[in-house]
Amino acid sequence: MTTAYTDKSGPFTHAPSSVAKTMATVLAALLPATLYDAWLFGWPAIFLFLFTIAACMALEAATLAAQGKEWRVALSDYSVVLTGWLLAMSLPPWAPWWVGLIAAVFAVVLAKHLFGGLGQNVFNPAMVGRVAVLVSFPVQMTAFVAPHPLFAAASPGFIDALGITFGHAFHFDTMTAASALGYVKTELTKGVPVTQSMPGLMGLVGGARPGSFGETSAPLILAGGLFLLWRRIISWHIPVAMLVTLFVLGTVFHAANPARFTDGTFQLVAGASFLGAFFIATDYVTSPVSKPGQLVFGCGVGLLTWVIRTFAGYPEGVAFAVLLMNALTPIIDHHLRPRAFGRTRTGAPLPLKGGK
Amino acid sequence: MLFAVGSLAVMGATLGTILGVASRYLAVEENPLEQELQGLLPGSQCGQCGYVGCSQYAAALAKNEAAVTLCTPGGKAVAEALAKKLGVTADLSDHEEKGPEYAFIDESLCIGCLRCTQECSSDAIVGAPKQMHTVITDNCHGCSKCFKVCPTEAIKMCKVPVTLSSWHWEKPDSPHAHVH
Amino acid sequence: MKLFPVRGGVHPEYRKERTSELAIVALPLPSTLYLPLQQHIGAPAEPVVAEGDLVKKGQLLARGAGPVSAPTHAPTSGRIAAVTQVTAPHPSGLPQTTIVLEADGRDEWAELPAPIADPFAADSQAIRDRVAQSGIVGMGGAAFPSAVKLNLGTQNRLETLLINGAECEPYLTCDDRVMREYAAEVIDGARIMAHALGAPQVVIAIEQNKPQALAEMTRAAAGIAAVTVVGVPVQYPMGSERHLTQAITGRETPAGKLTAELGVVVHNVATARAVHHAVRFGRPLLARVVTVSGGAIGKPANVEVPLGTLVSELVAFCGGLSQPPRRVVNGGPMMGQPLPNLDVPVIKGMSGILALTAEETNEQPSRACIRCGTCVTICPCGLVPVEMAAFIRKDNLEAAAKLGVTDCFSCGSCSYVCPSHIPLVHYFNYAKGSLAAANREKRKNDQVKALVEAKAARLEKIAQAKRDAAARAKAAAPSTPEASA
Repeated sequence: MTTAYTDKSGPFTHAPSSVAKTMATVLAALLPATLYDAWLFGWPAIFLFLFTIAACMALEAATLAAQGKEWRVALSDYSVVLTGWLLAMSLPPWAPWWVGLIAAVFAVVLAKHLFGGLGQNVFNPAMVGRVAVLVSFPVQMTAFVAPHPLFAAASPGFIDALGITFGHAFHFDTMTAASALGYVKTELTKGVPVTQSMPGLMGLVGGARPGSFGETSAPLILAGGLFLLWRRIISWHIPVAMLVTLFVLGTVFHAANPARFTDGTFQLVAGASFLGAFFIATDYVTSPVSKPGQLVFGCGVGLLTWVIRTFAGYPEGVAFAVLLMNALTPIIDHHLRPRAFGRTRTGAPLPLKGGK
Repeated sequence: MLFAVGSLAVMGATLGTILGVASRYLAVEENPLEQELQGLLPGSQCGQCGYVGCSQYAAALAKNEAAVTLCTPGGKAVAEALAKKLGVTADLSDHEEKGPEYAFIDESLCIGCLRCTQECSSDAIVGAPKQMHTVITDNCHGCSKCFKVCPTEAIKMCKVPVTLSSWHWEKPDSPHAHVH
Repeated sequence: MKLFPVRGGVHPEYRKERTSELAIVALPLPSTLYLPLQQHIGAPAEPVVAEGDLVKKGQLLARGAGPVSAPTHAPTSGRIAAVTQVTAPHPSGLPQTTIVLEADGRDEWAELPAPIADPFAADSQAIRDRVAQSGIVGMGGAAFPSAVKLNLGTQNRLETLLINGAECEPYLTCDDRVMREYAAEVIDGARIMAHALGAPQVVIAIEQNKPQALAEMTRAAAGIAAVTVVGVPVQYPMGSERHLTQAITGRETPAGKLTAELGVVVHNVATARAVHHAVRFGRPLLARVVTVSGGAIGKPANVEVPLGTLVSELVAFCGGLSQPPRRVVNGGPMMGQPLPNLDVPVIKGMSGILALTAEETNEQPSRACIRCGTCVTICPCGLVPVEMAAFIRKDNLEAAAKLGVTDCFSCGSCSYVCPSHIPLVHYFNYAKGSLAAANREKRKNDQVKALVEAKAARLEKIAQAKRDAAARAKAAAPSTPEASA
């Protein structure tokens, strides 16, 4: 009895939205920061960046093909490109190729497809990839270089850069520097108070400092985040909750003991706070779906980031904080469902008397 | 070493004894599950499940010897209730094919023998001797017991038709319909 | 007037400009009309005519059966060609009993009930009876018998009759045009209904994207103290009864209750106009205004169509199909129902006929859910579509019911925004239908069970009586044991 007209129930109109459009918008938001960083760290950074994304795409296609699933369609929604992009932005720019490859295996094969593919993963794939290589190869993962802008005299040329990314031309002992967060932490262990080791704000904001892609261009990342808010790809709840928590904790503890704790502004602009707040913690799949849930999630990420940065062994804590809160997402979603129309929070019908 | 072996042996013996005694004295005479299951069945003793009656089917279900989908008159609702009580997943895919039925009496063939009215466990057939019988469709749940006893084959089992008010959308079956 | 915010909702592309400036035109009388017995929610009507009968315009063809039902009248004079099975304007494509009327072209009126001279002095029961007799149902699409809804004043103390002119569905402009062209009729009908309900106040709510309708209605209502015309924000689904009530009164109707229990009854503008005709002129519901639109329609229009006209004739009148449509929809694109084909009749609840092209429907294969949460944000019922659909896909309807799938009124917002094109509303329609069917089946099983137990008890009683009799016989005559056999 079903005709070609009646094989589906309504609605019979659809917003011009698609997964590919959403992902492409996020990629567009990341583009300015990425281009700036590519310029800042030169050819080796560009090679690693492209290699990591290519590795993620190849692994996605291979994993799907191995399961007998259609892989061309999956690649066309750009979700794996975004995973690879974010992963590349969280690696030290001059890391060797195999760091990117191993991170990609963890991100795409383990974190995404072993959990069931797009939409099914509990943990943010890019952050799983980053954390896996961070705990496995701490030397390579904390070996940041000072900026070597493209075409500057001291920068490696195209061929030299190939050697750095794909060969053994990079000597960690001679060329590394620490990121701002790492520097503060190291100095603190030497007994130097934070007030002396904390770099000037302008230097941080300008971004011309050692660090990963995502850490060195706070204003551009922030601009990208605001673009996503404007395009309504993300809502303000997670970023604001996370950044406010981070800022408040930083400010309060810095006021209590300036020698031990960095201040709130430093917490915001140093490290991957903005990248984490706008691009990582807001990952749809691994964050809560309801707005109250997102506020709780954002606060949790902010709190854990601050705790890890301040007290734990690692200088940067965004990745760990996001992964820990990812684990709580199902619970947050379960307990913070919206209130249904005409019902109380417990699901019972509203009482008739008493207006709204 | 000896102490360890000894203490474990004593513990094992003591606990074993307690369990043995408990199983003897706390044993449940009748399986309460069986009665609960029987309560879920229609109780028309039609035997379409392959057992003599509803209580025998309930007993088989309680012993996990029968599938929950065997009760034709009960349909999907009963199968689901049984599955829930037993904590199993009902495979309802083959169940839906048959669909609910009702009995229909062809009045030109009915001789008014009353056999079907006696057989009907839900009083869904009305009639008097030598008068045509008819089925109250609302009360008939399609157990087909009457169908089997009718000497003139006047009874037909009909599918309950889908009407505008009972029709509903089927489950969407797009191959790509992955929801998380 | 102070308005109150309503949760969620979407802003689809409205595409109303295609017909909003086109005045209502009357469809020339078709030669054959097909009048289904079920054009409303409730029991189907019972035919009172048979093949070969000659009927006049406005004559009763089928009377309402039971408390929730509505009669059907002859939209023109002619001969009953058949009472037969015809495909219903319903997605199932199932046939239903339909009265086929061959028009004689004379369009001769039957004797109509006398107009109620002063409805505001009349007994409210008289008005309700007139509305029931006239076969008026909710013309916004739900097609619930209006007389039943006008009865709500007898059980509830009502404050407001809310006239729904929101018309939040894209494409549709029939209510807009009715308000612009027949403002006085709508307001008169609304006041009559308010009188029947015992509601002191009438509020006419119109979405702000219809400024002319707002202006016309405000002008027609000028000087009538009890009638207020108010513009409400453009936000789909503002036309939902409960949401409109919330926007106007700020009060949320509790689940499982009626807006009437908050003192508000909602009726559609076209219904108000039909009540005006029934009460002032004794005319039953014989025609309605239908918006014919969509990219595949040659000349979109707002047409006053006699009930029972085949959709194919209506479409032909509107320039035919300019290209093969992807969908033909009864109602708006958000909540409308697809039609199996064009050879189905126009019925009372049909506010629009849309022939939509593939570009307009923008249907795409569904992909994996990325848990973006947009469906949760926009759900006007505060539900979690993403979770409900996941449960339904795994056939766990009970879990979906626990999450409130039966509270969903299929407004379509979640399916509309879903970037993965998951047919969320289709899942919910399936779940709701399936749960209702299971409920019916359970009720039937319970009923049969009660009968089975009653019969078993009766048989046992008879057997017991026989045993007792036998025992007595045995006791009375111990020397003749064969008597007990």
